[in-house]
Amino acid sequence: MTTTILVISLTLFGVAIAITFTRILLGPTFSDRVIAMDVIGVNLISAMSIVSILYETKAFLDVMLILAILAFISTIAFSKFLERGAIIERKRKL
Amino acid sequence: MRINDVILQSVTKVVVFIIFTLAIYLFVSGHNNPGGGFVSGLILASAFCLLFLAYDTETIRKGIPIDFKVIAASGAFIVVACGLGSVLFGEAFLYQTFTTYTLPLFGETEFATVTIFETGVALAVVGVVVTIILSISEDV
Repeated sequence: MTTTILVISLTLFGVAIAITFTRILLGPTFSDRVIAMDVIGVNLISAMSIVSILYETKAFLDVMLILAILAFISTIAFSKFLERGAIIERKRKL
Repeated sequence: MRINDVILQSVTKVVVFIIFTLAIYLFVSGHNNPGGGFVSGLILASAFCLLFLAYDTETIRKGIPIDFKVIAASGAFIVVACGLGSVLFGEAFLYQTFTTYTLPLFGETEFATVTIFETGVALAVVGVVVTIILSISEDV
């Protein structure tokens, strides 16, 4: 019973990632594509937690933490690029 | 318009230490679990990248006066020296060994020479990645 539910939700995550991937391909602007990449990252984290429940292992938890950190940093980098035009500045304007 | 990123800088001051802790955990959990020197070096480099994002390169270089090229070179030296060290004991190049001691607080603990090798790998990775990021960003 639980396995069936987990497999169904994994399938739905796959469908969601596929739908988001069309946004990466079609996306009118640059921001649409970056936001879609971020959504795929969040979906991957959730799907990976379901996989670790299915396989009854703790090995994927580190991968989830690292993916979450990288998604966080990429979100910050992109929002800073939108606001200032430069990601890493030599001397910030106060 | 004055740019105000107090929230980003305050969050960064806390989150960087969490990321450093995760990197050290991944480094120590090395050879029996997922983790090890390479991943730990990449996470350390991402923490430095977050610092450079939230502040600017001059502030961070004043705060952390480390030349990352030296870090990368010393990491490569540690890797080669760990490999050559086993030759001195009459074993093959890069031969590794381990032993167990009983520590007062941790109980039976395993010590391996792979840890020295992993230290070199982590230092090399963090040095190279931060040097690449800094030289790309200073080019603009």
